[in-house]
Amino acid sequence: MASTTEAPPRKNRVPRRPGDRIFAGVSTGSGVLILVALAGVAVFLVTEAWPALTAPAEDIPGGQGLVFYIWPLLFGTLISAVLALVIAVPLAVAIALFITYYAPRSIAKALGYIIDLLAAVPSIIFGLWGMNVLAPVTVDPASWASEYLGWIPFFAGPPSSTGRTMLVAIIVLAVMVLPIITAVVREAFMQTPQLHEEAALAIGATRWEMIRMAALPFGRSSIIGASMLGLGRALGETMAVAMVLSASAGGITFNLISSDNPPTIAANIALQFPEATGVGIHTLIASGLVLFAITLAVNMIARAVINRRKDFDGAN
Amino acid sequence: MAKRIEVKDLDIYYDKFLAVQGVSMTIQPRSVTALIGPSGCGKSTFLRTLNRMHELVPNARVEGSVVMDDDDLYGANVDPVNVRRQIGMVFQRANPFPTMSIYDNVAAGLKLNNKRLKKSDMDDLVERSLKSANLWEEVKDRLHKPGSGLSGGQQQRLCIARAIAVQPEVLLMDEPCSALDPISTQAIEDLMLELKENYTIVIVTHNMQQAARVSDTTGFFNLQGVGKPGELVEIDETTRIFSTPSQKATEDYISGRFG
Ligand SMILES: Nc1ncnc2c1ncn2[C@@H]1O[C@H](COP(=O)(O)OP(=O)(O)O)[C@@H](O)[C@H]1O
Ligand SMILES: [Mg+2]
Repeated sequence: MASTTEAPPRKNRVPRRPGDRIFAGVSTGSGVLILVALAGVAVFLVTEAWPALTAPAEDIPGGQGLVFYIWPLLFGTLISAVLALVIAVPLAVAIALFITYYAPRSIAKALGYIIDLLAAVPSIIFGLWGMNVLAPVTVDPASWASEYLGWIPFFAGPPSSTGRTMLVAIIVLAVMVLPIITAVVREAFMQTPQLHEEAALAIGATRWEMIRMAALPFGRSSIIGASMLGLGRALGETMAVAMVLSASAGGITFNLISSDNPPTIAANIALQFPEATGVGIHTLIASGLVLFAITLAVNMIARAVINRRKDFDGAN
Repeated sequence: MAKRIEVKDLDIYYDKFLAVQGVSMTIQPRSVTALIGPSGCGKSTFLRTLNRMHELVPNARVEGSVVMDDDDLYGANVDPVNVRRQIGMVFQRANPFPTMSIYDNVAAGLKLNNKRLKKSDMDDLVERSLKSANLWEEVKDRLHKPGSGLSGGQQQRLCIARAIAVQPEVLLMDEPCSALDPISTQAIEDLMLELKENYTIVIVTHNMQQAARVSDTTGFFNLQGVGKPGELVEIDETTRIFSTPSQKATEDYISGRFG
């Protein structure tokens, strides 16, 4: 690399055009606005949660203190969101690959539309579907699973007779986050540089090997980003989970097919808020504060993961 | 290694558009064959049909035959993947895999097809390929750094190392130096002269001095006319093409009196 001669420092006298100035103003303004809104939410949550944080343990619903109240909910939130992603991400990547690399044009288009349509379905519909259609369907497989796969903690049983279990909530969540993950990942695959695809094919890669060498590494940070988007949505999803799990309440368990799973934080707030009074309200908001913190942390971790191997990233 | 390619009456279509018509030539093993001609006359198109890379374009197809040492590359049961394992390609813009280290770039082809190689064998092959590409000395201390951190000329040599690591018979190069500075170009030209000891090399170039310097045989492509398909005007020993070509069009092109 040739060294360039150092230019003497010089005053920038280029006049700022009005368009530039307006754009700079608008974009800075929006950035500040987002920060202000975020700070506002945080302040609201902390002040409203404060009475619960300082209240004596026996005043908290359940009578054992805030931590004992929130911890099962947090567990339910995390396990449902994470397992939903475990189902949704591989499926989304597979669908995106199929659409981009394998499907004939007409099928690819139709499939794309269907996925996008899925994103437009309101969550109450997913809730109804999970409660009334999916739940009954899972009853028989769940009892089979508890009998033969009972050694796996997820299927320990006893199976719920209504089927309104954590398993159904997870499947519903997976279906709900599928469209956004698929859309983002597909967008990334479509931008895989032809240069890299050809590089792989020219050394004798099959199509699948080409995907592994060029498309997946190129799309890697998009896959992570999309997963985090999905995770954020799954963590916060309220109505669908509330409807499926409205009848269940319980402690921490990996058992997904019985009826004593804890609900998620968001669903619990939706279910309990109408009847809550006094410290109960503040307790619910405190659980919301925890959810807020978790979501923020998830996003920050996602950033860190995406940035970690920037050197090796696709965009150069 | 190094095989002869026999092309006969090759027509190349992009869907209904006939891009190149009636090419017949013999590409000799252990030699450099240069393809020259004005832009858009179908040099890249022709080159890419030699390892069936043109099939990436939907509805691109050929009529005629391409035979490598008795193997018909377009035979009914021939998998293009196998063709490309034997006929490697280097592109105009260096395209190392950006997410891979220098080492992994060279090893990429070796890892294909579930080939199980011992680590030490892999190390040897990577080293040998990088040495053959005259890149070893420059990168041996940073094999596990990303390939995208190299200079343009080094990246192009990395791509050559990657291509020869799978030990192909033939190496196709589509204007491999057109994005490089003169010093890097010189390095690649030197490399070609070394590589032809073991490989059959076909290079498309815009640079006639380059064709004259590196090639044994030169083919001149030209358009038959505006909106007409490209054709191979003539192919002959490089010294003959650049001194006493048999076609007037070739002479005009070589001497810069074109059109
Ligand atoms: N992917 C493609 N689809 C359709 N036509 C193409 C494609 N690539 C090249 N062509 C056409 O084929 C002809 C030859 O192009 P090309 O092989 O790139 O020429 P050269 O490499 O000699 O400059 C041109 O008319 C060009 O427009
Ligand atoms: Mg070209």
